[in-house]
Amino acid sequence: MSLKDKLISSYMAYEDSLDQEHLIHDIRSAAIKNFENTGFPTRKHEAWKYTPLDKMLKADYTVFPKKSDALEYKNVKQYFLHDVDTYKIVFVDGVYSSFLSETTHEGIDVCLLSSALSKDKYRPVIEAYFNKAAETDSITSLNTAFAKEGAYIFIPAHKEVEKPIEIINFATGSEAALMIQPRNLVVVGENAHVQIIERHQSLAEHPILTNSVTEIFAEKRAYIDYYKVQNDAETASLIDSTYIKQERDSNCRVHTFSFGGKLIRNNLNFYQQGQHCDSTLKGVTIIEKKQHVDHSTLVHHQSPNCESHQDYKGIYDDSAVGVFNGKVMVDKIAQKIDAFQQNNNILISDKATINAKPQLEIFADDVKCSHGCTIGQLDEDALFYLRSRGIGKKEANALLMYAFANNVLESVKIPELKNRINGLIAEKIGVQLGFDL
Amino acid sequence: MNKFTEDDLKKELETKEYEYGFYTDIESDTFPVGLNEDIVRAISKKKEEPEWMTEWRLEAFRYWQEMEEPDWANVNYDKPDFQAISYYSAPAKKAKYESLDEVDPELLETFNKLGISLEEQKKLAGVAVDIVMDSVSVATTFKETLAEKGIIFCSISEAIQEHPELVKKYIGSVVPQRDNFYAALNSAVFSDGSFCYIPKGVRCPMELSTYFRINQAGTGQFERTLVIADEGSYVSYLEGCTAPSRDENQLHAAVVELIALDDAEIKYSTVQNWYPGGKDGKGGVFNFVTKRGLCETNAKISWTQVETGSAVTWKYPSCVLKGNNSIGEFYSIAVTNNYQQADTGTKMIHLGKNTRSTIISKGISAGKSQNSYRGLVQINSRAENARNFSQCDSLLMGNECGAHTFPYIEAKNKSATIEHEATTSKIGEDQIFYCNQRGIDTEKAIALIVNGFSKEVLNKLPMEFAVEAQKLLEISLEGSVG
Repeated sequence: MSLKDKLISSYMAYEDSLDQEHLIHDIRSAAIKNFENTGFPTRKHEAWKYTPLDKMLKADYTVFPKKSDALEYKNVKQYFLHDVDTYKIVFVDGVYSSFLSETTHEGIDVCLLSSALSKDKYRPVIEAYFNKAAETDSITSLNTAFAKEGAYIFIPAHKEVEKPIEIINFATGSEAALMIQPRNLVVVGENAHVQIIERHQSLAEHPILTNSVTEIFAEKRAYIDYYKVQNDAETASLIDSTYIKQERDSNCRVHTFSFGGKLIRNNLNFYQQGQHCDSTLKGVTIIEKKQHVDHSTLVHHQSPNCESHQDYKGIYDDSAVGVFNGKVMVDKIAQKIDAFQQNNNILISDKATINAKPQLEIFADDVKCSHGCTIGQLDEDALFYLRSRGIGKKEANALLMYAFANNVLESVKIPELKNRINGLIAEKIGVQLGFDL
Repeated sequence: MNKFTEDDLKKELETKEYEYGFYTDIESDTFPVGLNEDIVRAISKKKEEPEWMTEWRLEAFRYWQEMEEPDWANVNYDKPDFQAISYYSAPAKKAKYESLDEVDPELLETFNKLGISLEEQKKLAGVAVDIVMDSVSVATTFKETLAEKGIIFCSISEAIQEHPELVKKYIGSVVPQRDNFYAALNSAVFSDGSFCYIPKGVRCPMELSTYFRINQAGTGQFERTLVIADEGSYVSYLEGCTAPSRDENQLHAAVVELIALDDAEIKYSTVQNWYPGGKDGKGGVFNFVTKRGLCETNAKISWTQVETGSAVTWKYPSCVLKGNNSIGEFYSIAVTNNYQQADTGTKMIHLGKNTRSTIISKGISAGKSQNSYRGLVQINSRAENARNFSQCDSLLMGNECGAHTFPYIEAKNKSATIEHEATTSKIGEDQIFYCNQRGIDTEKAIALIVNGFSKEVLNKLPMEFAVEAQKLLEISLEGSVG
């Protein structure tokens, strides 16, 4: 039985357990129908040309895990940003872990999608926002159909959240291969500020497939800082789709750090619906072995006077494959847009591959849009300069790679997170740089 | 002061009819519409082709039948009905002419209207012209001068008769019959085209040039061009086209194959000005072209194109850089206006070591047109030290047009260095102001700026073409600029 058939039949069983009168039930049924018609994307789909899923879909995934193991905090502490106080929403195999979490309802809501879906007081928010940004492609539809659990974050107007919020999905997969589908909803009210860190972590040797969807709504003048840390086990694959709707004067920044995982596909979509929006998309990818990381970004400028900045850096070793598929769309009415996109890549080994497809689709005439894409190596002269000053080859390489990625790191606004990522990069490059980054 | 405003310019452009839109009434020997194996055989027979050629065409036709028309390009049009097209049309009085006096005077009149007087060209331009009018070449000049050097420059039908060994060896070697839908169609039914062979070490003393015209209503034109530059040789080839005004869409599916053997260099320049359709988007030529060149060791192929015409353009002149140290270049200006749609670009396939490629593409869109750049840079795993530089700039005029960029970059070698940059902008108000301030009126200022924008590409055209190209740019854009 293929995974598609399995998912469809699981849905039928799952549907019986659901409240069929629920306001999102129609959304679920439409979504599963959509998935049934389209199935998983293949390489024939232009958007998936460089990222074949077939190998990953072969494993016999459990869709609903029976019972997850309880996790001890001390065993998973390293995955938290433990040296700073944070709100935490933690899921183990898709099930909420109250033991590891730290949620709140004081002034802001940092809690669970399942309770937001079931309690009446959240009904207006769910009605207004749930599934309003997500696209109807097959992967997202699949998540929508099974949408049950995930983070629910609601920040009311003029509220500045004092500490970062961490969303962590652990997969124990203790019994067999496991597929989990978290669904997050983030609504940030007018003039509110929030910082969110998202992480997916597999703790098992079984293959894990995560199909995550996050919807983010930035109201007027909202300020959102979102960090995705992807440093997963080599058996774990992740398809992460993020949809961000921005209203007037809002500012949204998403940083994606991809350091590991079997296959990672990031679909990051921005829709600028009001004037003077600012969107920032940045990423650092450092992978090796047979890892595969795909960044597919879309910035859809639907209103005038907005800006967008994209900056993605990639370093690929061994047989790693990197994909960058960046699209900027400018609607006819979106005049005076300033859109910038940059993608720089370094290939370390002979077997590594990079496929880049930076696209511009522009229908407005008074715009400033540009993109740049480079593929190259570390500068020989710079290497020589460092080595002639007594710095070892490995260290010199590491320094240059670090400098290469630094542009993106610099704009990380949580110092503890920045340190953590510095540490991860040093570990990836395999040297201690010997100075405090 | 009598100010020439943007609106005036727009109006002037809209009312500007296609300058070269006229139709010459010459008796044509046209086949019934439709396409099947018999038609393919008939075309082959009509051209008195040898058996292997007929078989080659039939093979292509069989591939074609199994293929589907591609729809990935960023263009929208009513797909042509391939069974409603007549696949062969030749001017009826087709004897080989010894001199121009023998040529049908009406035909000569057509050329005169286009401003390409054969005699003048013969004397003044020093260009050997192989004119293709509705699929069959009717006049070839300067053959003797070329023959002295051992250069073969003739129609492809003639080459099939007289140099079968060369044609047999190279035809389909760069663009195989089953390469794509239109290439397969062309391989099955191509009516004529040009053939050029430059022997070892010969530097072709003049620019070789072909003028194409679509004339007979309802006949598609399927040109086949084959240029072979043998070791160490050099040739510059020019191709230019104009077509008369027609309301019905005309299909043009050409195939051009270039083969540059070791140390050879081919420079291929195109000015394309097929009928772009009326200002309401009616009519116009469909231009679905497959152009590809193969570079052996140290060889160089340079494509330069100025695309101003056609309702729909679908064209990707490409280079396969097979030999070590080979070089591929692509310089393009694509101008679209009214309802024109262009999806054009290039493919640079790096296979050999130290291969280099340069892509400079300038897109200018005005009116309600859509202009796309679509390109592929592929660095194979054995292509050590490959180098690519791509630059795609778009200029938008008016707020109803679109400019799109779809670059594909695939690198499989760590020593590759690839740079790609693209920008989209409009003509700055301050630039216009600057010119106005110095007494240059808006229209002239725009011409100046567009010329500057396209200069990098225009500079690459041979002298004879640069003038015409500049004129074409003016005709296509004059007034549309805001």
